[in-house]
Parts: sequence; C-alpha cells; structure tokens
Amino acid sequence: MFLDWPLLSLVIWTPIIGGLLMLAFAKKGNAANTRIIALLISIITFLLSIPLYTDFNISTVGMQFTQNLPWIETFKINYHLGIDGISMPLIVLTTFMTVIVVIAGWEVIKEKVEQYMAAFLIMEGLMVGVFASLDAALFYVFWEAMLIPMFIVIGVWGGENRVYATIKFFLYTFFGSVFMLIALLYLYSQSNSFEILDYHHLKLGLTPQILIFIAFLLAFAVKVPMWPVHTWLPDAHVEAPTGGSVILAAIMLKLGAYGFLRFSLPITPDASNELDWLMITLSLIAIVYIGFVALVQQDMKKLIAYSSISHMGFVTLGFFVSYQIFENSGNLKGAALGIEGGIVQMISHGFISGAMFLCVGVMYDRLHSRQIRDYGGVVNHMPKFAAFMVFFAMANAGLPGTSGFVGEFMVILSSFKANFWYAFLAATTLIIGAAYTLWMIKRVIFGKVVNEAVTTMQDINTREFFFLAVLAFTVLLFGVWPAPLVEVMDVTVVNLLHHIMQSKL
Amino acid sequence: MTATLLTNLHLAIPEIFILCMASIILVVDLFLTDKNRHITYLLSQLTLVVAFFLTLNLFSADTFYIFSQMFIADPMSSVLKLGVYIATFVTFLYSKDYLKERDIFSGEYFVLGLFAVLGMMVMISANSFLTLYLGLELLSLCLYAMVALQRDSSVASESAMKYFVLGAIASGMLLYGMSMLYGVTGSLDLQIISQQLSSVTDKTILAFGLVFIIVGVAFKLGAVPFHMWVPDVYQGAPTAVTLFIATAPKIAAFAMLMRLLVGGLLEIHAQWQGILIILAISSMAIGNIVAIAQTNIKRMLAYSTISHIGFLMLGVLSGTAEGFAASMFYTITYVLMSMASFGMIIIMSRKGFEADQLDDYKGLNQRSPWLAVMMLFIMFSMAGVPPFVGFWAKLSVLKAVVSADLLWLAVVAIIFSIIGAFYYLRIIKLMYFDKAEESTPIECATDLRWVFTLNASLILLIGLMPESLLALCKQVVMS
Repeated sequence: MFLDWPLLSLVIWTPIIGGLLMLAFAKKGNAANTRIIALLISIITFLLSIPLYTDFNISTVGMQFTQNLPWIETFKINYHLGIDGISMPLIVLTTFMTVIVVIAGWEVIKEKVEQYMAAFLIMEGLMVGVFASLDAALFYVFWEAMLIPMFIVIGVWGGENRVYATIKFFLYTFFGSVFMLIALLYLYSQSNSFEILDYHHLKLGLTPQILIFIAFLLAFAVKVPMWPVHTWLPDAHVEAPTGGSVILAAIMLKLGAYGFLRFSLPITPDASNELDWLMITLSLIAIVYIGFVALVQQDMKKLIAYSSISHMGFVTLGFFVSYQIFENSGNLKGAALGIEGGIVQMISHGFISGAMFLCVGVMYDRLHSRQIRDYGGVVNHMPKFAAFMVFFAMANAGLPGTSGFVGEFMVILSSFKANFWYAFLAATTLIIGAAYTLWMIKRVIFGKVVNEAVTTMQDINTREFFFLAVLAFTVLLFGVWPAPLVEVMDVTVVNLLHHIMQSKL
Repeated sequence: MTATLLTNLHLAIPEIFILCMASIILVVDLFLTDKNRHITYLLSQLTLVVAFFLTLNLFSADTFYIFSQMFIADPMSSVLKLGVYIATFVTFLYSKDYLKERDIFSGEYFVLGLFAVLGMMVMISANSFLTLYLGLELLSLCLYAMVALQRDSSVASESAMKYFVLGAIASGMLLYGMSMLYGVTGSLDLQIISQQLSSVTDKTILAFGLVFIIVGVAFKLGAVPFHMWVPDVYQGAPTAVTLFIATAPKIAAFAMLMRLLVGGLLEIHAQWQGILIILAISSMAIGNIVAIAQTNIKRMLAYSTISHIGFLMLGVLSGTAEGFAASMFYTITYVLMSMASFGMIIIMSRKGFEADQLDDYKGLNQRSPWLAVMMLFIMFSMAGVPPFVGFWAKLSVLKAVVSADLLWLAVVAIIFSIIGAFYYLRIIKLMYFDKAEESTPIECATDLRWVFTLNASLILLIGLMPESLLALCKQVVMS
C-alpha cells in the first residue's frame, strides 16, 4: 500500500512543516506539550521511513521511490527524488537518530523548547532531502539550508565559546560548498541539465575532471571532515548541546562521505583514479595522526570528536582504495568490500558516536563538566550508566561483536589487497583507538572517586536508560548480523564500481 | 508633424497621470493642516495604485516607440515600472509612522517621492540620451532634497550636500560622455547610435565617450570606486529616505544600465565588458570587506548594497540575454530584500531612538521571536543561502557568468560572497545568541506589521518557488 505514496516527500516535509508550525504556534511556557508534539512528529517520520527499507528492492540498480516534478523550468531544475542502496540506510539512520535526539533533549533543554525542537525537526527533513535528491540544484539547496538550523542550535544552546564555534562551523562549510556550486554550474553549462544521473554519463576531459574533483573535495572534505580541514569539528562538538553533537557526528559527517559516492567518484572517475593517492594519504593521516591527537585530549567531547575524524578516515580510505584493488586483482569483489566497508562504518559510527556523545551528555547534565579530570569512579554511583558507557567505548574501539568492528574489519581487509602498508597503518588505529577510548573510560568510570561531586551523581533514569538501551541493541545487532545492511547496498555498490572503472575520457 | 508626435500617446498615460497627480497633491497639500496631512499620504498611495493598474493595462508583448523615438514602451519597461510602484508604495507605508514620530510628516516627502517616481519611469522608458538624462536629473534632484528633509539635523544636511556635489559631478561626466557619442554618431537616439557604431572611424572619442558614460552610471549605481557617497548618504539620511533611495531607484539604475550599454552600445560589448569586470570585482571586494568593520547597521547595509551592485553587474557584463535576465532578477530580489531590511530598522526605531547601531539588535529573539525570524530570513537571503530568494539571484547571475566562459570571475565572486556571509551572520548572532540589554516592547502599527511580514515571507516564498519571476524576467528581456 505504501508504494504509491510519495514516501520520500513525506519523510522530508513532515518534519519540516511540523517544525515550522511549531515555531509559529507553540505557546511559550507550555514546554510539556511541545515536547510531546515534537516526539510524535519525529516518530511519525521514522515510521514513514520504515517502508523505504521493507519495500526496498535489493536486486535492482535503478533509483527507487522516485518522484520527478518540474520545479524551476527556466533553469531545468526538477524536484527529483529517489534512493538507492547507498542512500536508503542513511535516511533511516537520520530518522532514527532524530527520535533519539528529541528524547535526549527532553528535560535537559529548558529554554525556548519550541525553537530547539523545531530546529532539529527541520534539520531532519533537510538532511533526508540531501540523501534523497537526484537533482544537483535541489541537492545544493538542502545541503546549504541544513546549515541554518545547526548554526542556530550551536549558537543558542551551546557552551561558553559557542559563538566562535558556530560561526567557524558555518563559514568553513559555506566555504567548501560554494566551490561545489561553481562545479555544478560548470557541469550544467556542459550538459544543459541539473540531473545528477546525467552528470554520471557526461564525458569530461581530464583537466576539467580534476578541477571538478577538487571543487567537490573542498565541499565534502570539510564536511567529513578530512585532515587538514577538520579543525571546525572539535570546536563545534565541544560547544554544541548534546543533541547537536549527536546529529553532527551521526549524520552530518556522513553527508560528506555520501557526496564522494554520489558526486566525486561517478562524475569524475578518472580524476579520482589520478588523485586516489592524495585521498588515501589524507585518510591515513586522519586515521593515525588524529588518533594520536585524540589520545592527549582532556575534554571528553573533544576526544570523541577527534575519534570521529579518525573513524571517518576509514570511510574515505575504503572508498578510494578501490582503484588500486582493481588494478591489482582485476575483479570488483575486493573493491566492493572496501566501499561497502566504508558505508557500514558510516552507519555504525552514526550509532556509536551518537551514543558516546549521549553518554557524555548524561554526565554533563549531572556535573556540568566535560573534563576527564573532574570524574573518576563514576561506576560506584552510576552502575547502570557505567555498563552502557563501557559497552559503547568497546564498540568505539572496534571490539568484535559490535558494529564498530564490522566496518573497520572490511576496510582493513580490502586495503590489504591494495597495499600492505595501507592495511598496516589502518590497523594500528585498532590499537590507538582502544588506547584513547579505554584510557578515558579508566579515568572517568573506574578508579577512585577524586571529586566529591561525583558522589552526588544519580544513576540514569528510565528515559536515559531507554535511549541508551535502544542504541546498544542496534550496535549489537549490526555487530553480529550485518547482513541486512550489506545486502541492501550490494547491487548498488557493484554497479557504482562498474561505472567508475570505465574511463570517461 | 503633430500627428506623428502624438500617435500612441496612450502608452505614456501612466507618466502623464503621475505628473498630474503629483502637481495636484502639491497644491492640495498647501491647503491641509498638519492634522489632515494623512490625506496627502492617502492620495499619494492612491496615485501609485491607479498608476499600477494603468501600466498593467497597457502591458503588451510588443515594443512601441513614441515621441519621435524618444520614448520606448516594451515589456521590460512595464515590468520595471510595476516594480517601482510597488517599491514606492511599500516605502511610503513603512515611512508614514516614522515621519510622524519625528515631525517630518510633511507633504514634501510624498510629492518629491512621486516626482522621483516620474523620473524613474522616464529613465526606464528612455530611448534617447536626452530622455534618459532628463529622467535621471528629475530623480536625482528629488533625492537630494529628500535627504535634506530633516533640515535641523547637521548629519542629514552634510550628507545631502555631499550627495548633491558628487551627484552633480557624475551627471556632468555622463553628459560629457553622451556629447562625445553624439559627436561621433550624430544622433541622440539609442537605436540609431547602435546602428552607427560599427561605422565610426574615430575610435578614440568613442572610447572616451564610453568611459565617461560608464563613470556616470557607476556613480549612480554606487559601484567602487565611485561609491563614496553611498555609506554617508545611507547613514545620514532619515531611515525613511534611506529606504526610498535603497529600493526603487535601484530598479531605475538597472534600467539605465540596460538602456545605455545593452540598448545602445551592445556593439562594443567587448570594450565595456573589461571595465565592468573591474568595477564589479572592486565593488564586491570593498563592499564586503569594509562592511565587516561597520558598527552602524545603515552603514553596513550601504556597503552591502555596494557589493550587491557588483554582483548585479556580473549578469550585465556577461553580455547574453540570460545574463540580462539574471541581472533583472537580481535587481528585483535585491529591492525586495533591501525594502525588508530598512523596514526592519524602521520598526525597531521609535522617537529618539534610531535603532541604527548593531548592538540595538542584541537579544531580539527574546524580545520578539517573530521579528527575529523575519530578520533571519532577510540576512540569510542577502548572504545567498538557500532556500531564500537571494540564493537564486546569485545562482542565476553566476550561471550566466559561467556560460559566458568567465569561470574565474565566478570563483572570485563566490570568494567575496563567503567573506560577505560573515557580517550577515553577525546580525543573526546578535539577535539569537546574545542577551537583550533592554526590554522596551517593540510597537508598530498593524498595517506596517502585516506588510513587513508579507515582505519578509516573500523572500522565503519566492525562494521556494522562483520559477514565475525567473520566467517573467527571461521573457521580458528576450523581447
């Protein structure tokens, strides 16, 4: 019955319109109702996105749930939506995490509740729009519009240094994106179309391809973020409210990686092949160097932020080793493993980093400190919470049996086929990752109580237990049974690889 | 002779109507006491509404020439005139209470405004150097007087004086350039000039004439390096007058640019393209960078205007119909945004408090979330962030530039727009992230509130559905 509904439009517009109505009509001082309405909207959106998974046809390469309406005919811009095996899991991740974030902000946010909730709902719709757009101009509109609610969220509900962090966040991402706009305009002038799928088949010379690749790289590398344009992320994460950090880490970072798969690789395959050394180098620097940077952090949120950058390095590594694997082995199976590993890592990192930020948020709500040295011995007073935190830390370190292991293992395995040293360097992160995460756990959760205030900390309540438990269950589920995730993307990824291995010259 | 001169006279009925009404209102106003002054206001608004329908009624897809080819009536002129009426109507509406509170609610504001409208209409429909100059001077003289409306204010008098002196020099330049072109082509008629250009032998005089004309136009537009008057006038004039200067005359200035460079001198496009590129880049650079250093919002918006003018020129200099349509779209959307931003200052201000410092906007979200959201629309739109209309304006202009093989210019433009984003973000920062320093409730009349809300919402709505306006611009430029 769902097949004839414009499901993607519903998933995009339900939260946006809901959020706008909330802004316009919510009564001040009636925060309780506002929260319930926000929760209802986010749950409805999540339910609407379920059929995208259940009715998804895993054997076809084409776009599904498509909708194509003329929007701006003068520029040949269409309201063209559709999803494939790469974007579908990310959309479900987005709608899922928004429900969690709404619950997580329940009692914590006391000021301007309606604006807070509206910002997250609008952001949800815009992010789904990015994943679902098949028209480059539509994509760009969602891509940029998304910055507005995030800018407000960090700036209004953030920490002490929030203004600096949020303006840095906005300008950094704006800077990257506008170059993508120029690249898209150039592609339009060549193809006379804004359809992304038309760009995939557009013949381009090597020089234009390289320039376009660099323009895309600026946009996506800032978002991922890759070393050396990552510096906005620790600032933004530290200052953002818990919900903002969760959405940033769980979904916004994935948009950059998604951009590589949807734009960079298929539109400029030859440039990607030429410049894969650059991408691999940057990824490895992110994995190893940023891993070491994470080791010395004193601020828990900063530590997790750096760990995110390091983990996202795996994603880009998995995407860009595919050329060398193909050259070495001549078959696509190995290359597919790398890209699929990257996508699994994206999804799993969405759950794990979201959960880690929520854990820090839970402690911050009680003690109003993010500093590691202010804690110690938390397990004595919050045993239930400690169990969750240790579990997510293990998942973050890539313990087998959790989803964190699956993606990293797939990427390391595939990079072996490209070059031993790639795999060697990438694998060291398992050690560094374990070191920084577990060391933090040791200092925060275990040990003696050094700070008197820790003794006053209450263990998690039902609400907190609920969202942590749901996330823990998901992490475990995909850790022991990643098949449903890999199955839906397999056909799409192999098709993508077929496409990018053919020269466009 | 009389027969030919007066054929199709009905095409000029809106101009004739505005002239008659302005004169009548001038006389009527003399017999009104201050208590009944709102009659002047209502009559002026009525005049604009009637003129709107007269022009709408005359809309035709064909082009006509009257008054011995000196006056042109084409679809573009109709659309631009409609834009002028709407902008002026809204300006009058925004200004009414502002003027009352400051005891300058006098007939002069409205009468001068109407004569300025007439000047703009003549400029928009000019098909000869003479008509163009006539319209321009009528407009400029009205604006000089309006800036000085608050005659007790030394700041206002100073900026009026500055505006007048520099404006007179620019008019002189323009006139000098026109005389040179008249010398080499033997005509004042823009069409004949454009036909004669290819056979001109003395290229030196042609080049000099071109340069002087561009200098004159650049001054009127406020492009760098002829921009010095803009910040002073914007800051010094009463906000109601700044609002007027920043909106409708920009439409007329765009028309002047189109009539002169495209209508008359398209033949030597290669020559003026280079000059406009330099003007455009320096306008975007100076406008955006200097705006960062401002603490007065009117002055900041003045620099923002300069940078927008740079962007607007990009479309014209690409030399294609697509580019002209893009610039026209840019002009209309810019006027929409500018109207809303100065409207905002007027709403925020009250007697004895001009709300022209950036700090006056601190914590606006606490005091009035609704106004804060509207201002957020305006600022993000000016910065060119989708889904607001400013994004489509920038997109269409950049698209024209890229199609004209000027990719590097598009990159330069985009870099300056990133720099520009900072000072728009700062306003949003002040409104949303800072605590309010005062809690005086913001009061404004109901009509003002509704029109402002409509104005700001249009920025979002046209941003979501830009197709009809884009198609309209394309259609009228094509013919």
